[in-house]
Amino acid sequence: MKTTSKLLAGTAALLMASLGQAQAESLTVVSFGGAYGAAQKTHMIDPYVAESGTNILFEDYSGGIAEIKAQVEAGNILWDVVDIEVIDLERACSEGLLEVIPQDMLPAGDDGVAAKDDFIPDALASECGVGVIVWSIVYAYNGAADGPQPSTIADFFDTGNFPGKRALRKRPQVNLEWALIADGVARDEVYEVLATDAGQARALAKLDTIKDDIVWFDSWSQAPQLLNDGGAVMVQSANGRIFSAMKDDNKPFEIVWDSNVYDLDVWAVVAGSPEKETALEFISYATGSKPLSGMADVAYGPTRISSAPYVDPSVNNDLPTAHIDEGLKADGIFWADYGESLGERFNEWLLK
Amino acid sequence: MTDNTLSAADVVLARRELRRRKLSAFLFVAPLLLFLLFAFVAPIATMLVRSFYNPTVANLIPETLEQLAEWDGNALPSDAAQAVFAADLKRLANERSSGKLAEQVNRVFPGSSSVIKSTARRMRRVEDADLQQQGRALLLQANARWGDPEIWKAMAKTGSVYTPNYYLTALDLEASEAGGIQARDGAKIYVTLYTKTLRVAFIITILTFIAGYPLAYYLANAPTKTANMLMVFVLLPFWTSLLVRTTAWIALLQTNGVVNSFLMGIGVTSSPFDMLYTQFSTVLAMTHILLPFMILPLYSVMKGIDPSYMRAAMSMGDRPIPAFLKIYLPMTLPGLSAGALLVFIISVGYYITPALVGGTDGQMISNIIAFHMQQSNNWELAAALGSLLLAIILVLYWVYDRFVGASNIKLG
Repeated sequence: MKTTSKLLAGTAALLMASLGQAQAESLTVVSFGGAYGAAQKTHMIDPYVAESGTNILFEDYSGGIAEIKAQVEAGNILWDVVDIEVIDLERACSEGLLEVIPQDMLPAGDDGVAAKDDFIPDALASECGVGVIVWSIVYAYNGAADGPQPSTIADFFDTGNFPGKRALRKRPQVNLEWALIADGVARDEVYEVLATDAGQARALAKLDTIKDDIVWFDSWSQAPQLLNDGGAVMVQSANGRIFSAMKDDNKPFEIVWDSNVYDLDVWAVVAGSPEKETALEFISYATGSKPLSGMADVAYGPTRISSAPYVDPSVNNDLPTAHIDEGLKADGIFWADYGESLGERFNEWLLK
Repeated sequence: MTDNTLSAADVVLARRELRRRKLSAFLFVAPLLLFLLFAFVAPIATMLVRSFYNPTVANLIPETLEQLAEWDGNALPSDAAQAVFAADLKRLANERSSGKLAEQVNRVFPGSSSVIKSTARRMRRVEDADLQQQGRALLLQANARWGDPEIWKAMAKTGSVYTPNYYLTALDLEASEAGGIQARDGAKIYVTLYTKTLRVAFIITILTFIAGYPLAYYLANAPTKTANMLMVFVLLPFWTSLLVRTTAWIALLQTNGVVNSFLMGIGVTSSPFDMLYTQFSTVLAMTHILLPFMILPLYSVMKGIDPSYMRAAMSMGDRPIPAFLKIYLPMTLPGLSAGALLVFIISVGYYITPALVGGTDGQMISNIIAFHMQQSNNWELAAALGSLLLAIILVLYWVYDRFVGASNIKLG
């Protein structure tokens, strides 16, 4: 098994080497694409390329650590810098799939505050990544529709007062947290309860009360689409996707921030990257005050306090950073522990 | 000696010629062979091996496993064994590979991942001598769950290099402590999903047959001009991107989509039907997508059937339907077998369409394999699930060969 992967890696490496000679310094940066990728290209990639002259290949992926794991195991590193969700970061880091990033290389903010005080604490919590954005999973409804307008997570589970379909992403993450909160569990006890067998049963039982009214989707891009075509009256979504539908397409959508589950995205370097030095250079550039502030274009909160002056004040209230008090931080450690077993249990419930 | 016999020199020449031809024939297929070897045989073999061979834990903590082998499995392992493990954890933390161990053990004992990783971080700061002397106490101090024999059992279990456990899980079973096999304690989903996948694939095969057979018959017997024109309609979707076709079904079936608007417009219903994200939409979209695989082999076989057979049967007094059943249908069997096998085998492993239009009850086994490949990263279980799927198809093919005969398959 080892031999085959080595052979494959060797062949690929030979091919890569012959290609690589043509362009000396070239960095492969991978992120999530869409409006978010476009904002990163405008505010991080393009200015860095202009300043340093490094070639950057900017590619898309759909998250998760499977591809990174495959590259590291085969010893054939194709990606250098990856935008990775914190929920996956902890796992990738402890499995040795990512390089350690020396945090003292990060420059001070534009207002002169040292990096370690300028970044919000969660952004530097891991030795393997530097925070790029704070984003949030919220639910949204169509403000132009008739009837009462929901305002809490309990309303999402209340089909009596708020009839109609609800769209959720088909996975246990966030759905089980919401079910428990709607069932009366305090936000700071959610993960504690969810770690117990009884708590898991309770969350699924709560979801069961609206099971017939749930539309399941697989990709975040389906969320605004479902709300728009009337497939659901309330949809779970990443806040930026709803924001861009509201801003760019003038949709009358409304976001409910109650019990939003927020998480960070970070820049990380894939272990064994041949361009490690350039990769680190890119990260310290891209996490400067100015480039980070550009993420507010798609309503994702910058991770540096010193980015605030660059952000258009009119979007401030649309950023997850403004709603952290009503929210809950997605627990990467919990999901590393229970992601698989709850994934199976969730699928079992789906099939019932 | 007759004149036909070759001389010794001729034999050598002839052999050389034969070898030369064989070599050139081999060189012609060599690129394809190499491609198949690298792109098909090697990955599948790797996958099959992964499903029962997993040396990760054995490579990570060999000394601890040696100690645990002597443990009777009742109370906690000996202090010495625990001290060895504490030292192993420190080494793993320094190599930044404690996560690999955590991931493996967590599969058997959910919740242990954070215990192992946080303990490893604590052990990193402890002196080697202290670890050796009071390993057990230090472990307990780092996390109380080291006092639970279950976590040690899980570790011993994941330590075996060759394991049937992934196959057992894929069949909703597990090894019992007594050494037997029992129903799985956790979620039982895989057997349900296998039967459901096979059932859906079977329904799709029947539907493509019902929709495809008359059309293929008409195509084979229509005037050339009409047939060519209709053939374009069969092939056009075949050449269109799969994603486009699937998305088109979403546009048609969604709540305020074309079909519902039409039905409400003509007054069939006052509120829209839920058609998208159901098993119905999965079956419908897949039947449409796989229809050409049924029609094309049928068409090519029907094209070769002489119409005079049917005329002969009827001129001898048989009525149209019995004549069709006795004469025509058996002659189309090779095409039908090929079409049905193609449709069935493709739909068993189908992934994209169920994922996009399937919703809750449209899930198939391929979707759960994707879950284990991409999200839970349990590639070993994904490999076992995939291997079982392969085995099921081979068994079905064998059954088919027994009863229908594989030799009469005709693809065109």
